[in-house]
Amino acid sequence: MNFDRIKEKLNILADAAKYDVSCSSSGSKRQNKGKGLGDSSGMGICHSYTEDGRCVSLLKILLTNHCIFDCAYCVTRKSNDIQRAAFKVQEVVDLTINFYRRNYIEGLFLSSGIFKSPDTTMERLVQVAKKLRLEENFNGYIHLKSIPGASDELMHEAGLYADRLSVNIEIPTREGLKLLAPDKDRKDFLQPMKKVKDEIIRHKSEKRIIKSTPKFAPAGQSTQMIVGATNETDAQVMYTAAYFYKKYQMKRVYYSGYIPVSYDPRLPSIGTDVPLLRENRLYQADWLMRFYGFSIEELLNKEHPNLDSDVDPKLSWALRNLHLFPVDVNKADKQMLARIPGLGMKSVYKILGARKYRNLNWEHLKKIGVALNRAKYFMVCNSKEWEKKDLSAMNIKSLILQNSSSKFRNTYNNQLNLFDKQDALIQY
Amino acid sequence: MIFIYDASFEGFLSAVFMAYEYKCKQPKIVKKEKFMGDFFEEVEEVITSEEKAIRVWKKVKAKCGSRGSQQIYWAFLSELDEIEITLFQYIQHALVSTKDITKDYAHPAVLKVAQTVKQVGREKHRMDAFVRFRKTKDAIYFATVEPDFNVLPLNVKHFKNRYADQKWCIYDLKRNYGIFYDLEKVEIIQLDLPASILETSTDFFTTEEIQFQHLWKNYFDSTNIKSRKNTKLHQQHVPKRYWRYLSEKYL
Repeated sequence: MNFDRIKEKLNILADAAKYDVSCSSSGSKRQNKGKGLGDSSGMGICHSYTEDGRCVSLLKILLTNHCIFDCAYCVTRKSNDIQRAAFKVQEVVDLTINFYRRNYIEGLFLSSGIFKSPDTTMERLVQVAKKLRLEENFNGYIHLKSIPGASDELMHEAGLYADRLSVNIEIPTREGLKLLAPDKDRKDFLQPMKKVKDEIIRHKSEKRIIKSTPKFAPAGQSTQMIVGATNETDAQVMYTAAYFYKKYQMKRVYYSGYIPVSYDPRLPSIGTDVPLLRENRLYQADWLMRFYGFSIEELLNKEHPNLDSDVDPKLSWALRNLHLFPVDVNKADKQMLARIPGLGMKSVYKILGARKYRNLNWEHLKKIGVALNRAKYFMVCNSKEWEKKDLSAMNIKSLILQNSSSKFRNTYNNQLNLFDKQDALIQY
Repeated sequence: MIFIYDASFEGFLSAVFMAYEYKCKQPKIVKKEKFMGDFFEEVEEVITSEEKAIRVWKKVKAKCGSRGSQQIYWAFLSELDEIEITLFQYIQHALVSTKDITKDYAHPAVLKVAQTVKQVGREKHRMDAFVRFRKTKDAIYFATVEPDFNVLPLNVKHFKNRYADQKWCIYDLKRNYGIFYDLEKVEIIQLDLPASILETSTDFFTTEEIQFQHLWKNYFDSTNIKSRKNTKLHQQHVPKRYWRYLSEKYL
C-alpha cells in the first residue's frame, strides 16, 4: 500500500464526504457467522466524535469527487475549482478492513460523485460492497449511496450487499431543486428509492415463507435534506419528510443546515452562519413525529408554517393547547405522558414503572431524574402544589425562558429583535 | 457489623450469606484492601465460598429475575465506595418484597443501583467504542485501556463476536489484567508491560501500524466541519481522560 498516495486521496475524498450527515450504524442484524470479520447485530457505536461534535462511526468517503453534475449547493460540483481524486476499488476495501480491525469504525459509508454515467458509478460502488462481503467475509456495516438514475438491476444487487441505502433529495421543494440543480430531475431520485422500498417489502414477505431468503438492505433507507439553502418553510421541510417516512418507509430523514460552499448568487453567501438552531428544531419535530405520537399537522400548519425558535416544538404545541393540561402523572396513559413538555420517553417509562409501587409526588419525580423545569407547569401529581395554577400561556413561556439557558439564546434573541418585535415585548 | 471480603464477586455474595447467617440487618461490607480498621464495630473476615455464593445467587435470581441479577453484577463492577451496602439493601428489599422490585425507583437502593448500572453501562459502551487496537509484530491486535469501572468482563462477548478471525488483547492498565482472545476462547491474562507501552514503538509494533494510525488521524481531521465547531459537545462525548488512548487525539 502506498501510504502517501492513499493519505492524499483520503484527505480529499473524506473532506468531500463530510457533508452527508448520516452516520448511523445500527439496525442491521448482520451477525458474524463462521468466524468471519465483524458483526453488526448490536447497537450502533460511535468510535469518535469530530470537533464539531458529530459522531464518527463509519469510514465516510467518496469513491471519487469527479462529477458530471453542477448542483449549486454541492462542494464537488463540476464548475468548482478543487482538487479531484479517485479511489480504486481495492484501496477502499483495504482501508475499510484495516480500520475495522483496529476498532476505529463500524463499517463503510461509500458515496460518490457521478462520473461517466449513473450506472457506471453505481456499479463501482456495488463492486466495493461485494468484494467486502464475498472476498473478505466482512460483516460490518455498509451504507451505500443510491446514485440517482441507476438501473433497477444495480439497485437490486446493491441491496444484497449493503445494510443501508440512501438517496439524498437535498432540496425540499421541487422549485428549489430546479433553481439550484437544473440538470437533476426529482424523478431520478425517487426511482431508485422506490425500487429499494419494493425490494425490501418483497424480501421481507419471502423471508416469512423461505427462511434462507438473503438479507436485503436490512437497515433500510434514509435520505437527507439541506435546509436554509432556498427559502423553504419548516412546514415544507417537515411535510416532505413525513411524506418520505410514509410513502417510502424511510428509516431516517436527516436535516443538514446549509454550509455555504460557493459564491453563487442563488445561495446564502460564504461566511453566513450555519442554521444550527433551525436544524435542531427540525430534528425535535422529527422525533416528536416518529416516537412521541404527534402528527405533523399538530406541529406545523397554515397558521404555524415555521417552528418557534425560542422554545422547542413540544412546548410550543402545549402552549397552544393548554386546555389539555395539566396531566395527572399517576393516571395518564403513556401517550399523554409523552406529550408533557420536558418529558422524554425515558422519563415516561420511568414514571410508568415507578407509579406501580406508589403514588408519585414531586420529590419522587425529582429523585427518579425527571426534569421538571418545563414539565411542572403541565402536570399534577400526588401533592397539593401545582405550578401552573392559572397562568396563561405567555406567563408560562416567560417563566420557562427565565429559568433556562440555551447556547442558542443569542441566536434567537437576535432573531426576535429583528423580526418579531411583538413577541420580544411579550417575552420581557 | 463489618464484613471484610476479598473484592471478588463470590466474596461479596459470601458476605451477604454470612450477614444473613448472623441475622445482621445493617452490615457494612468492605473490600479487604480498602478496610482501614475500626475500633467500635465487630469485624468479621469473610471466607469466600463458592457454595455459599451460588446459594445466594440462586435466591437472588429467583427474586429479581435475570434482569435484576444482572443489574447487581454490573453495579458491583463499579467498585464504588459503599456499593456493597447499597447492593445488600437492594437484595434485602427484593427478598422481603412480594413484587418484582427492579423498577421501584422511588426506593433509594433500587434507584442507586439503576443509576450505577447506567454509569457502568456507559463505560462498557465507551470501551466498545474507544478501544484502539495496534497490531504487534506477532500479529496480535493489542489495546491498552484504563476504564473508570472494572468493565472488561462485560466487553468480552462484543469483541469475541466481532473479531472472530484475529488474535486480540485488551489490557486494563489500572487493574493490571487483560482479556486475550486466541482464536478459540477468551482468557484473563496478566502481563509485565514496559512503561513505554503507550508509545507505538517499532520494538513491538509493525511499521505499517504507525502508518495506519496516521491515516486514521488524517481521516479524523478531514471529517471536521470548521464552521460547526462545538468544543463543549466534543469533550462531552470524548472526555479528555480517554485521549491518551485515542490515536486521533494524541498524534
